Amino acid sequence: MEGFLPAEWSALWYAFTMPIAIYGAWKTKKLIDREPATKSLVAVAAGFIFVLSALKLPSVTGSCSHPTGTGIAVILFGPSVTAFLSIIVLLYQALLLAHGGITTLGANTASMGIIGPFVGWLAYRALKDYNFKAAVFVAAMLADLATYVVTSLQLALAFPSSKGVSGILSSAATFMSVFAITQVPLSIVEGIVAVMLFSYLIEVRSDVLEVIKA
Amino acid sequence: MIRKVAVFFIILFALLVTAQAEEWAGTDEQAEEIISKINPDYEPWFSPIWEPPSGEIESLLFSLQAAIGASLIGYFLGYYRGQKHARNA
Repeated sequence: MEGFLPAEWSALWYAFTMPIAIYGAWKTKKLIDREPATKSLVAVAAGFIFVLSALKLPSVTGSCSHPTGTGIAVILFGPSVTAFLSIIVLLYQALLLAHGGITTLGANTASMGIIGPFVGWLAYRALKDYNFKAAVFVAAMLADLATYVVTSLQLALAFPSSKGVSGILSSAATFMSVFAITQVPLSIVEGIVAVMLFSYLIEVRSDVLEVIKA
Repeated sequence: MIRKVAVFFIILFALLVTAQAEEWAGTDEQAEEIISKINPDYEPWFSPIWEPPSGEIESLLFSLQAAIGASLIGYFLGYYRGQKHARNA
């Protein structure tokens, strides 16, 4: 998608994203300094984003897209650390794979690293006291799905089909028919995988559960 | 755990089979097509600094990305498991 986002939107999303990603980097460092035991958990959360965002999966719509893998990071560490981890993955893909892009890095980090995970995080906070596994599932699924809803909105804002709000809405519907619908089955798969990983994580490191349930 | 993994692959396989046999393009390409329909005059103003020279190299780098992530997860989950084992011994 390199160059497909007009320059002014590219700049706007960079301005939105960079302060949060930098704050996330600082917060990650502080966290590791204070509790060195969390370092390996940060690595596991980053690993999950690396794996899942590398897998371009076919979906029922007959097109391929990749999950985001941000659910684990946002449950363990919150949205700003997730933004920092996501920007690393997106930079790898932009520079080495010509997937995404430098001009779209701000917008992609905003959707995949910040707003998507934030939606998942809210869902996790709301559900964790009722059913922990369901909370993990919904959080990972929504972090994924919301990412692509935001992407559709970002593109609709930059490319309204006509002037005014109605043009933005009709473009948003068009982009969502591609992105969001492809993503529904993929995000369900992502939710299931996230629950599997989390269950195992808690089994071998029961101390994690106490921290994140608090 | 093995049963869960098996279930996961069955679900994935079911998704593959039930999907219509259209072309399996990436959604990002489809979005680029939509953009050129909405605004035929729009020209991408920037192109990737470096592109993988071929599809094979691109899939190599994607695999590498997945391998890095899987190594991190596998290494530390195994480490935690060993730690737990040692504590209980």
